[in-house]
Formats: sequence, C-alpha cells, structure tokens
Amino acid sequence: MSVDRTALIKKLTDANGLPGDEGEIRNIIRTELEGHTDSIITDRLGNLIVTKNSGRPGLHIGLSAHMDEVGMAVLRINEAGLLTIGTFGVDPRLLPSKIVSIGKDKVKGVIGTKPVHMTKPDERERAIDLDALYIDIGASTKEEAEKSVSLGDFVYFDSEFVEFGERKIKAKALDDRLGCAVMIEILKSDVKTPITAIFCSQEEVGLRGSAVAANRAHVDVYINLEGTVSADMPSTDAHERVTVLGKGPALSLIDRTSVYLKEYINKIVAAAEENGIPYQYRATGAGGTDAANYHVAHGGTPVIGLATPCRYLHSPVSVCDLRDYENTVKLVRAFIQKYGNSARAES
Amino acid sequence: MPINTAVLKKVCEAFGPSGHECQVREVILEDLKGCYDDYQVDVLGNLIVHKKGDGPKIMLAGHMDEIGFIVTYIEDEGFIRFSNIGGFDPFMLVSRRVIFANGVQGVIRSERLENFRTELSQSKLYIDIGAPNKEHVEKLVKVGDVAVYSASFYADEYKVMTPALDDRVGCFIMMETLKQLKNPKFDCYFVFTTQEEVGLRGAKTSVYTVDPDYGLAFDVTGAFDTPKALKYSMKMGGGACIKIKDASVICHKAMIDFLTKVAVDNNIKYQYEILDMGGTDTGAIHVHKSGVISGCISVSSRYIHGDAEMCAQSDIEDCINLTVKALETGI
Repeated sequence: MSVDRTALIKKLTDANGLPGDEGEIRNIIRTELEGHTDSIITDRLGNLIVTKNSGRPGLHIGLSAHMDEVGMAVLRINEAGLLTIGTFGVDPRLLPSKIVSIGKDKVKGVIGTKPVHMTKPDERERAIDLDALYIDIGASTKEEAEKSVSLGDFVYFDSEFVEFGERKIKAKALDDRLGCAVMIEILKSDVKTPITAIFCSQEEVGLRGSAVAANRAHVDVYINLEGTVSADMPSTDAHERVTVLGKGPALSLIDRTSVYLKEYINKIVAAAEENGIPYQYRATGAGGTDAANYHVAHGGTPVIGLATPCRYLHSPVSVCDLRDYENTVKLVRAFIQKYGNSARAES
Repeated sequence: MPINTAVLKKVCEAFGPSGHECQVREVILEDLKGCYDDYQVDVLGNLIVHKKGDGPKIMLAGHMDEIGFIVTYIEDEGFIRFSNIGGFDPFMLVSRRVIFANGVQGVIRSERLENFRTELSQSKLYIDIGAPNKEHVEKLVKVGDVAVYSASFYADEYKVMTPALDDRVGCFIMMETLKQLKNPKFDCYFVFTTQEEVGLRGAKTSVYTVDPDYGLAFDVTGAFDTPKALKYSMKMGGGACIKIKDASVICHKAMIDFLTKVAVDNNIKYQYEILDMGGTDTGAIHVHKSGVISGCISVSSRYIHGDAEMCAQSDIEDCINLTVKALETGI
C-alpha cells in the first residue's frame, strides 16, 4: 500500500460534497489530475468530465463514479439558536449524538437528544423522530446562530479517515469517493486507450448528474464504479449479505435500474480470472446506480457495474478493506489492458 | 382468417427474460425471412426490422422480453437464491416450476416460516433443482444465470394460454402484420424491443435510433371480466384494444382517432383501453426528442405475469387486421 493511495482516499473522504455542492471534491480532483488529461470541463449540473488519450486508436472506455455523498441541510433556526434539519439519503436513526460540520465555514455542531434519565420507557423502545432532533452549534439565540449559519446550509458528518485493523479504513462518503479514487488512479496511470471519465454530481438524490453527462459522452463501454453494501454480519443469512469484505470487487448482475449485459459480465470475469484478481457477485437485485442512464444513452451503450464492498454505507463510519479497493483498481486496469486495443464495439 | 397458432407457439416458447432475448430474436428473424427490406440489432439487443413504405416514419414496438429470475447466490446445500427480473408477487411464485436456458428445471419454494402470510418475501424463496450440494448445482446453474416459468403453450378454438403471452403476442401481431402488409402508407420500422418489463429500456434506445414521426406499441392489457374484477371495461373477446391511457402514457388523440376510424371503416371489432396502472413501450416512445404522436394496440388478457396468461384468438385476429389496415390506410 503506497502512502499516496491512502492519502488520496483520506483527502477525498475528509472533504465535503452533498448533492449540488460538489465543488470541494471537484477542486481536489482537478488538482490531482493536473497534467494527466486532455481536457477537464465542469458542466451545468456540476459533473466533472475528463478526457484522456483522445483520438488514439482503441476501445473508447467510459469510467464513472459519483462525487456526492449523503447528508443533511439546515431547514430552520429556532429562537434558542438550535437548528432543525432535513436529510438526503441518511437514515434518521443514525443521527443522535453525531458531530456535524455545517456550511462552507465548517461550523461544528452536535446533534442533541434528551438524556436517558429523562426518557419515558416507550421512548427508549423506538428510534427518535427526525422532528425531535436538532443541531446545537453552541449559540444561545437565533441571532447568535445566524452569525455563523444560514438556512439551506448543507450539514456533513464530521468523521475523519482512520486506518485500523487488518488493512481496513473507516471514513464517511466511501460511497462513492472510492470510485472517484479508482478513476484518479487510472487517469494518472500509463493507460493508452481513449478514456472519458465522468465524476458525477447528484447521484444520491436520483442519478441526476449522469442523466445529463450521458448525453454528452460517446463511448464504447462504461465501467460504473461504486461503493456498495456489505451486510456480512453473522446475524444476516448468507444469501442476504449482498457482498463480503475482503472477497474482492463486486460485479453487478441486475439492480433496480439496470440489467447488466451477460456478454460484458463475462468479459470482466475473464479479465479477473486471467490475472488472478478475486471478485464476487453483488447478490441482490436492489439498489440503483448511474448505469441506469448510461446504458440507455443514445442508441444504447454497454455498462459494467463494479463496486468496492463497504460496511455501514450511508453512515459516518463506513468501513472497507483496502485490498478490495486495490483489486478494484487492478481489475479496471486488467480490463483496459485486455480489451483496450480491440476495435470499436460492433454496432 | 384464423391465426397461425404454430407461429405463436414458437414465439411464446422461446426463452427470453429481460436482458437475455437473443433466442426470441432468432425465432422472429427466422420466421420473417423474405418479408423485410433490412434489419439491425442494437447494443441492448433490440431487433429493428425495416419495411419501406411511402409516407411518414412509424415505429411499431412489441417487447421480446418476459419476466424471469436471476441467480444471486448458491447455498452450500445447493439451494439457489434469486432476484426477480420484472414484477412478481412472491405469493404467486411458491410451487412454480422454472426452467433455465440450458433446460434444467427446478421448483420455487419458501423457507419454513412461522407465519407464512405475514413473513413471506422474495428473499425467503429459493429454487430447488434437486442436486445434492453447491458443487453439483454449479455444474448446471451458476450465479448470474436466468430462468423463466416452465409451463406449456396451449391453444383451442377460443383461447391461447401460455407463459410469456406478455408480450410475445405483441411480437406475433407485428410479425403477422409484416407478412400480410401490402403497399404501406408509412415507412415502417418493426422494433422487437428488449427490457420492457424492467422499465421500457429497449424502447428508449431503439426510438433514438429510429427517430420516428409516429409510434405504435403492441402489448397485453388486463381483462377485467372475471368474478369481482376491478371496474375497468376491457374484456377478453371484446376486440382489439385501442389504448387511451395507462400509468406510462396518455395516448395522442390523433392516434386514437385514426385507429378508431380505421376500425369503424373496416368493421373491425374494437374496445378502448383505459388503465390506471401498468406501462408499455409507448411510454418511452412518446417522449422521444420533442414528442412522437403515439398510441398502443393491446390484447385484453387474463392472469398477466402468471404462468397461464390467457387471451382470445379472435382479439389477436382483430389486432392484426386493425394494424394491417391502419398501415395501408395512412394517417
């Protein structure tokens, strides 16, 4: 494991980017990619679209991962200076007692709840309603709070990247900064084939960035890179674990928004097996990804779905195994090496 | 003229859950030999058959895919866990026979549940192919393999009863239309689409390729003539359904009026289809670019998405006649 690699993931996950507010992530990616691309543009929805090796012969490969993460926004500031919040893709049951970071100035706050001494027996039996939660930023009045936060400010989990255990990392937003990191590594490598890489905005609120980016890009095949659910707990039946940490990148068969083409599943499996790279299948039909928009773009484009398994997805403490991440990078590289020189897809 | 049930049988029996329609495509192409000017197959597997004609461009669409199952996990003991391809009610699946592309058959059953009525869900179901363990199963069935209902085609003088009637009957209507068609007043693109059951996805890419002036889909719709059925007007044997709306589309008035006039002028039995649920390829076609004048001709069918979907042969005949006359009349 190179220091660079963990440093890159740390940089990407410590940064903030809710749907529609991906600027900080875009800037990091732009800086990382300086000197490694032909063009980098930001479109009107905030997608960052990067090209490399344009005009060279070979299969034109599209890579995509989304920059946005789940989080919250300030909806109301009450007379006591406390903030009421709305959520984007976060389960409200996770929120009590979390530290958060608000707006551009990263104002610190805590999500408070009634202490256990004060709760009634029935309150202890169920999750706390979102309406009963508020952020305390240490202000005593509305006016005081308004000096540092505004209505509509985005609220982020305050959770730093940590390495622990056997090659594990904990961070927020592994979904889908891991995908962004894979793309950065590929774009900085010595690949020879033409690549269009799409760092998407607004995936978590309905695959919106990719709906626009798919109109612009014309490629022969996409690889959509994700962080996906791993429910590999002893209490979960084996067939419902979706993916298992440490067993390699997960290939998509089907989800709510795409049926992945068998021909291309077979291609990436061949690349994995020839190079001794472990892989697993994503054992569920649930979920949806940006592949939804790419595969029906134009007259149809093949998409491969590839994901790094993550425990505790959409929480401040997502956990992944760095070996799965490394194998995801290896597998994308192996695919490009195996098929990059072939002629354009027959059509 | 009675319908050619031998061709319908062949099309219904072809294996083709969403995303895996190649066998259906081959059956259709083989049967249509010599009836078209040219054809192409796109990335998503849509079969686009061109029959030249003098007039505006029309895209006819019937979907080749059927609902099915995909293997997600194989247990050590050999039981196969699966996800659905298209919409299913888990209660309808228990004890159904299924068949994989290689011919291997199995049965869907549920784990033992304390309370079957409240606890049953897709994730409690498994396919049992009777092999002793995972190692033996994997010689026959692998993760990612797909299956469909295993049940036979049946036709007598009134009806057809078969799995995959949705929407092989639509494909069949288009095939028979193409065979009978003389001097069409449209430039006709017969598109046998893919992935309709999972979200009209094949229609999205094929309408981009064809870029038509008019759109006309062919699909099944409900028949609400069974005991205590919901209050909709479509009946099995009530004639070709001219769609007015479903959950995916409000059909264009110009298309509804055109089809109605053709039916009246040619004494073809028809009924209107108004449905609050469901969707069909018209849903994807009519919003292409700045809009396509679109409609749908449906076959009123009972027990859709079961393994014994049923419709009247007379309705199929009416649909074929209406389509042939419409294309030969021009809008």
